[in-house]
Amino acid sequence: MIIGLVHYLTVAATLFTLGVLGIFLNRKNVIVILMSVELILLSVNINLVAFSVFTNTIVGQVFALLVLAVAAAEAAIGLAIMLVFFRNRGSIAVEDINLMKG
Amino acid sequence: MTSVNLPALGVVLPELLLAVGALVLVLVGALRGERSSGLVNVLALVLIVLSAIAVAAQGSETVVAFNDSFIVDGFARFWKILALIGSAVAIVLSRDFFIREGLDKFEFPVLVLLSTLGMLMMISANSLLTLYVGLELQSLAIYVIAAFDRDNTRSTEAGLKYFVLGALSSGMLLYGSSLVYGLTGSVNFAAIAAAVQGEQGVLFIFGLVFIIAGLAFKISAVPFHMWTPDVYEGAPTPVTAFLAAAPKMAAMALTVRVLVGVFPGIFEQWQQIILFVSVASMAIGSFAAIGQRSIKRLMAYSSIGHMGYALVGLAAGTEQGVQAVLIYMAIYLATTLGAFAGILALRNGNVYVDRIEDLAGLSRSQPALAFFFAMLFFSLAGIPPWAGFFAKLYVFSAAIEAGLYTLAIIGVLLSVVGAFYYLRIVKIIYFDEAKTPYEPMTSGLKFVLGVSSVVVLLFWVLPAPLVGSAVVAAKSLF
Repeated sequence: MIIGLVHYLTVAATLFTLGVLGIFLNRKNVIVILMSVELILLSVNINLVAFSVFTNTIVGQVFALLVLAVAAAEAAIGLAIMLVFFRNRGSIAVEDINLMKG
Repeated sequence: MTSVNLPALGVVLPELLLAVGALVLVLVGALRGERSSGLVNVLALVLIVLSAIAVAAQGSETVVAFNDSFIVDGFARFWKILALIGSAVAIVLSRDFFIREGLDKFEFPVLVLLSTLGMLMMISANSLLTLYVGLELQSLAIYVIAAFDRDNTRSTEAGLKYFVLGALSSGMLLYGSSLVYGLTGSVNFAAIAAAVQGEQGVLFIFGLVFIIAGLAFKISAVPFHMWTPDVYEGAPTPVTAFLAAAPKMAAMALTVRVLVGVFPGIFEQWQQIILFVSVASMAIGSFAAIGQRSIKRLMAYSSIGHMGYALVGLAAGTEQGVQAVLIYMAIYLATTLGAFAGILALRNGNVYVDRIEDLAGLSRSQPALAFFFAMLFFSLAGIPPWAGFFAKLYVFSAAIEAGLYTLAIIGVLLSVVGAFYYLRIVKIIYFDEAKTPYEPMTSGLKFVLGVSSVVVLLFWVLPAPLVGSAVVAAKSLF
C-alpha cells in the first residue's frame, strides 16, 4: 500500500477532532485542555508538512516550524496563567472555573 | 556581497519602533525596578505616538515587502492609526486605576506595546504566515494582561478562559489556513486570490469556514462570543477598555482583508456565513444585554452587537460596504473609549463601581460626567445627530445598495431593541434617586472623555476627514 496525501489528511483530521472534543467533553482538568490544544496544533503540523511534500513547496515546512515555536510560547503562557489561577482558587478542575457565568 | 535592503526596513518602521522599544522598556523596567512604572508608561506612550507618525509619513502608495508577506497600503494605514489610538488611550486610562489598585507595574505598558505590534502585523498581513504570527503575538500578550490582577480570582479566571478559548480559535484558524495552503499551493494572499476562482471543493469550503471561525472569535461575533462577557467582567477595567477597542480594530481589518481581498472569487459562499454571523451577533448583542446588571458585561454584549452591525457592511461585499465598515469601526472606537473613560470615573473612595443601578443620580453628583456619559450611550444606541447614527446609516445604506433589504430591515429592528438598554442607563443616570456620591474625575479620564465626546457629538458638523480617509482606504483594497 502506498501512503498518499489522503492518509495524512485523515490522520490530521482525526487528531484535530480529538483535540476539539477533548476541550469540550473534558470535565476534569485544565491540563487536559492544554494537551488538547497541543494536539490540535500538531494535527495542523501534519497537514502542513504533508501538503508541503505533495505540492512541492517548502513554505509549509517553514510554517510548521513557526507553529512549533508559537505552540511552545502558548504552553508557557497557559501554564503560567493556570498557576496563578491555582494559587487563588486552590483547584484547576474545569467545574471550578465558574465565578462568572456567560 | 549582498547589502541589507534598507527600503524594506522603512516599510516596517512603525513595527520596528514598537518591537525595539518594547524590548528596551523591558530592560529599563528590569534595571530600575518597580519605581520605573511611571517612566515606562510615558515612554510607551511616546513610542506609540512615534509609531503613529511613522505610519502617517508612509505616503499613499501600496508597498509589499519581505517576499510579499507584508503589505502597506491605504487600508492598512487607516486601521493602524485606529489600533494605535486604542492602545495609547488604554495606557492613559490604566495609570490611575492601577495605582489605586496597587497594580502599578511596568509590565502592563510593555505588554500593551507587544500586543499592538501584533495588531500592526495582522493589519499588514499579506500571507497566512504573517497573519498567524501577528494574531498570536497580539493574543498571547492579551491573555497575560487579562490575568494582570494576579491575586484576584476573577481576573485570573478571565485570563484562563480567554486563553483556553483563544487557543482553540487560533487552532481552528490554523487548521483552515493549512487546508487553504494545501489546496492552493501558496500562503501568499495574492497567489491564493488568483487560484481561487469560481466553484470550490468541499475541503476548500471547510478551510474557509475554519478561517472565518477563528477570525469571528477575535472580533467576538456570534457564535464565537461566549468568552466576551466573562473576560470583560473579570479583567481589570482598563484591560477591558483595551480589549474592547484596539484588538477589535486589528481583527476586523484582518477579516475584511481576508474575505474581500483574498476570497473575492467565492463571494457567494462567504457572504452566506457573514450574513448569519451578522444577524446572530446583532440579535444576541441586543437581547442578552437587557438583563445585565454589570456595566462591563453590558459593554461586552454591546460590543458583540456592534460587531454585528459592522459585519453588515462586510456582507454587502462592495467598496461602499468596506467604507461603511471603516467608518463604523472608527466611530465605535471613539465611543467605546469614551464610555470606558466614563466607567473608570465611577469611583466611590477607592472602590470602582460596576453595577448599573449604582449609576443612579449621577447627574446630581457629577453633572458634566453624567451629560457626556449619557450622550455616548445615545450614540451607541444610534440616535441622531450623534456619530453612532451616521455609522449605522452608512452600513445599512451599503447593505441596501447591495440589495440586502432583509438584512437592513432586521438590523434596524434589532437596533431599536438595543436602544432599550442604552436608554435605560440614561434614565437611571438622570431620573433615579442618588445612592452613592462620586469622586471627581482625574485629568487623564477627563481628557479621554472630552476628546471622545467631541468626536462623537460633532461628527455631523465635520464628517469629511473621517469619511474621506475611509474612501481612500477602501479604494486600495479593490
